[in-house]
Amino acid sequence: YSSGVLPTLLLTYVPKENNFPSFLVYTESQNYLAVQPKSKKTLTKSGVKNIVVVEGVRIPFLQSGTSYADLMPHDLARAALQGLLNRTSVPREVVDYIVYGTVIQEVKTSNVAREAALGAGFSDKTPAHTVTMACISSNQAMTTGVGMIAAGQCDVVVAGGVELMSDVPIRHSRKMRKTMLTLNRAKTLGQKLSLLSKIRPDYFAPELPAVAEFSTSETMGHSADRLAAAFAVSRLEQDEYALRSHTLAKKAQDGGLLLDVVPFKVPGKDTVTKDNGIRPSSMEQMGKLKPAFVKPYGTVTAANSSFLTDGASAVLLMSEEKALAMGYKPKAYLRDFVYVSQDPKDQLLLGPTYATPKVLEKAGLTMADIDVFEFHEAFAGQILANLKAMDSDWFAQNYMGRKSKVGAPPLEKFNTWGGSLSLGHPFAATGCRLVMTTAHSLKKEGGQYGLVAACAAGGQVRHSLLLSLSARVP
Amino acid sequence: LKLCQAVVGLLGRFLVDLVLFFFSRSQILKGWRAAALIGLENPFRPTVNTLSKQLSSEFTDIMNEIWANEAVKSAVLISSKPGSFIAGADLDMIEACKTSQEVAQLSQEGQKMLEKIEQSPKPVVAAISGSCLGGGLELAIACHYRIATKEKKTVLATPEVLLGLLPGAGGTQRLPKMVGLPAAFDIMLTGRNIRADRAKKMGLVDQLVDPLGPGVKSPEARTIEYLEEVAIDFARGLANRTVSAKRSKGLMQKLTDYAMAVPFVRQQVYKTVENKVRKQTKGLYPAPLKIIETVKAGLDQGHDAGYLAESQNFGQLAVTKESKALLGLYRGQVYCKKNKFGTPQQEVKTLAVLGAGLMGAGIAQVSVDKGLKTILKDTAQQGLDRGQQQVFKGLNSKVKKKSLTSFERDSILSNLTGQLDYKGFEKADMVIEAVFEDINIKHKVLKEVEAVIPAHCVFASNTSALPISQIAAVSKRPEKVIGMHYFSPVDRMQLLEIITTDKTSQDTAASAVAVGLKQGKIVIVVKDGPGFYTTRCLGPMLAEVVRVLQEGTDPKKIDAISTAFGFPVGAATLIDEVGVDVATHVAEDLGKAFGERFGGGSIELFKLMVEKGFLGRKAGKGFYIYQEGVKNRSVNSGMDEILARFKLPAKPEVCTDEDIQMRLVTRFVNEAAMCLQEGILSSPVEGDIGAVFGLGFPPCLGGPFRYVDSYGAKQLVDKLRKYEAVYGSQFTPCQLLLDYANNPSKKFHQ
Repeated sequence: YSSGVLPTLLLTYVPKENNFPSFLVYTESQNYLAVQPKSKKTLTKSGVKNIVVVEGVRIPFLQSGTSYADLMPHDLARAALQGLLNRTSVPREVVDYIVYGTVIQEVKTSNVAREAALGAGFSDKTPAHTVTMACISSNQAMTTGVGMIAAGQCDVVVAGGVELMSDVPIRHSRKMRKTMLTLNRAKTLGQKLSLLSKIRPDYFAPELPAVAEFSTSETMGHSADRLAAAFAVSRLEQDEYALRSHTLAKKAQDGGLLLDVVPFKVPGKDTVTKDNGIRPSSMEQMGKLKPAFVKPYGTVTAANSSFLTDGASAVLLMSEEKALAMGYKPKAYLRDFVYVSQDPKDQLLLGPTYATPKVLEKAGLTMADIDVFEFHEAFAGQILANLKAMDSDWFAQNYMGRKSKVGAPPLEKFNTWGGSLSLGHPFAATGCRLVMTTAHSLKKEGGQYGLVAACAAGGQVRHSLLLSLSARVP
Repeated sequence: LKLCQAVVGLLGRFLVDLVLFFFSRSQILKGWRAAALIGLENPFRPTVNTLSKQLSSEFTDIMNEIWANEAVKSAVLISSKPGSFIAGADLDMIEACKTSQEVAQLSQEGQKMLEKIEQSPKPVVAAISGSCLGGGLELAIACHYRIATKEKKTVLATPEVLLGLLPGAGGTQRLPKMVGLPAAFDIMLTGRNIRADRAKKMGLVDQLVDPLGPGVKSPEARTIEYLEEVAIDFARGLANRTVSAKRSKGLMQKLTDYAMAVPFVRQQVYKTVENKVRKQTKGLYPAPLKIIETVKAGLDQGHDAGYLAESQNFGQLAVTKESKALLGLYRGQVYCKKNKFGTPQQEVKTLAVLGAGLMGAGIAQVSVDKGLKTILKDTAQQGLDRGQQQVFKGLNSKVKKKSLTSFERDSILSNLTGQLDYKGFEKADMVIEAVFEDINIKHKVLKEVEAVIPAHCVFASNTSALPISQIAAVSKRPEKVIGMHYFSPVDRMQLLEIITTDKTSQDTAASAVAVGLKQGKIVIVVKDGPGFYTTRCLGPMLAEVVRVLQEGTDPKKIDAISTAFGFPVGAATLIDEVGVDVATHVAEDLGKAFGERFGGGSIELFKLMVEKGFLGRKAGKGFYIYQEGVKNRSVNSGMDEILARFKLPAKPEVCTDEDIQMRLVTRFVNEAAMCLQEGILSSPVEGDIGAVFGLGFPPCLGGPFRYVDSYGAKQLVDKLRKYEAVYGSQFTPCQLLLDYANNPSKKFHQ
């Protein structure tokens, strides 16, 4: 970059140090709202198109190994895409582009976006690509769509994410793969036999997909336990928070608030209509569990962590003009977003803390302006650590380069319909769920601005998204 | 102590545990009990805890308090000094003792104190962060439970053997019971550092605590606090019996323990270990044998005999000259880890190394892995590739040993740039050239480099013999030119010899020392002159080796008698390692500079070897034949003819093994003394450190100057005179040695 010949456009994207652009979704409420929003402030930027979420759906999130166990990832993605088509009745030829996120890739469908789109009845003339950015892969899919629309390349983009943890690719060992590949090239029987004779028992040891950070070899649960310890988050606090998540999710589910869920008729099985991981338990029962990662004295347990989940989600994004021209009543504006990244070892799961103030400043808002906070709950300890970090002047001064803390979001506005701990966390599908929950929640509460934040592994990227509902008449 | 009592009182009221602190110096300076604890400050190592008399007595008071207070159920032993649990016993305390009985007394006091902890009815948990060495480890293993942080700075070891001592506070008795006999011998006889995770596997610690990242406090502070919290939990658990201190031993350890319970098997182990030790130490180091003897006493004759043997042997070892020599080296090492030129004006962040040969690549390796941005420049792609591969291989071997992750390796290597041009040199803060040892080439690169580097950039020359002032003669800025003499292999040899000329500025020297220290080197700084210090000392000794060879002693025999004296590498092998061509080069240069004194062996012998291609290890042939993968090398029969041609009549009056040893050593020592006399060396300490760490002078003798002290200057001069009578001026003692010989009270080290 030192040559200075890069186009100006590109330069604006050059990240500071190792900070990626971070992401803020923001929807401005439409006049179809029953409740009048409290503020008239809009986040419209001159010269930039308004981009809206027309609709978003997800198939129920299921614990891995349950009803979706025999399917392939593109089957789940297909169901979500079909659900979106059904609900919006968007003509398939209108869709300019499809972007999908996934984390653990099924090698047979490496571009799962395309396979799913074809199977879901989208036009074979609509291009599709797949992105990956750990737990915020569908956030990345959405912002990719936002970028395409903002750049004037597309008007209508479908974005989504899918994860099937019931089946993950388990490989032969590198030695075995090498032998097998060489075997392909062996011409004579003699050559083949000599190659085969070199196979030893250890060649058959399988290679599981890494559950650990590549750079640090630390599993995420372990990292979460250390993070909780760093912020002195107790086991009790974590269990209480997890219980809250499950209780709120149950309430939301029973109250019919999870509007983004579409039923999925699983081949050979009954129609799945709701998430199956919501299980409010008691503090006593949770207290009995042994630590799952830092043994024997850690604080992160199976009950206060998000569980392995299968699921898929999809949203329909349009430029505001296009949506209105087609007669849609958009659910939210996607306004600003920020991606940030930090040290993958000690701050792996602290993203929301870093991204939240950045995106607010970008939009000219404060914490007090936000009506709905939706944060991805990877671990109860991680959420609580983030809340403590946001509430710490010391952390703000020493690690964020700020004069003072941003302040923690008030809990009454925070993940009030449950979160990843209770609803489940199919890695790449979570981002769209967060955005749709925020949109629905804003509408229900009559709020104007919503903020979505999530942390992700691998890329060590944290992402924050500001949604807002606006009173503007379309 | 008052605060401790306050803590006892406070926690006692809640009927819980006790947290015991060793106060850090910073806390002391904050005013906490300044008067009483000030005595804990150790002038040499102010940042670590050492077990001293005062600390011991206060410790005993606190323990008594714990035992007396019924409210206290358990205790946690933790240091608040970052990076140090307890770094061992106070060495001054041991050195201050006049007799072995006094030292044995100290040992017995330590044993009693730790035994009291071991037998404490209230469980004591050691919470370890940072170095847990020597007496610190002994204290930890006397506790009922050990919890260590999994940090890089947390190391456990019994380095006593490296100081010619043994673990004298029950360590020799507890370790075998704890980790099994073979592992205990390994720990005590090597003194090597054991990382926390390895210690857990060995059963040396019971639990690990991961270091934490930032929270609402600094990572370091919070990690210690977390360690304390976890330790308190376990202490509480031990007290109310929800936690068991009993370790579940693996099958292997159970089998080993079972086997070791059989006296016959045990005897075999003793014998094997003893043979190995004898072979390696050549009987020059008493400590390892005493360790075996002490362990044996405990296991075979029981508790009391074991403890008695431990304290007696500890006392005996502490007054040996070997221990004093090793202790001197330890102190010298600490001395040479400081920058006496102060902080340089500009910190070196970008370093350029010229020449990607063995030395250049080695220098690049030890720089880039310490966080310096490093440019490695060569003139040919092939040479550059080889050099870069060497750096990769060096780091990769650490990955294999698990001291580095592959990710860390890659991230380190991203700071290394290999190139053939001078791109980026405008940002270099220091250039170290390691090009071929030829004054014309050195001049050429100096001029080229000066055309591209910024004004503040230091130019350092890595040469083993070319005078730096001669190299600097063509420089436009001689105040920025300095010598940095590394030793091969750079990543393993600890010494760096820095050479200043009359024109070298203080700041340039400060900069070079700072870089050397950053690279992890022990740094000596000497004045410029032919061969500086190290090469110059080696010169006369190698000349003598050649003469001995010419007199008909074969290379194997020479190696045997020099290693028997304590040299880690035999004298003939050393020439092969250095390279016969290099040795020729150096011998010629130094011969020109110093004349007759550097004579002795015939330089023509070297020249003929070079002609025949017997260049030493690098050529596969020298005095020996070197083959990949062959351990037992054979003597190069091609040398027979050469040796026959240069044969000299042996002088029977000076040809016993002992005389040959003394001929080699006295010439070495005489030259070292001359370096001090001429001001090349600024102190005997640096002379000793340079000789031991750079040239392998027998560590058990502590270096040439300490050797003069212990052998006696007069006796040494007498030897020199004896050989002078036979061979002439090469053995003429220098004035400084004569002065010391004339005054028996004069010592290089007081």
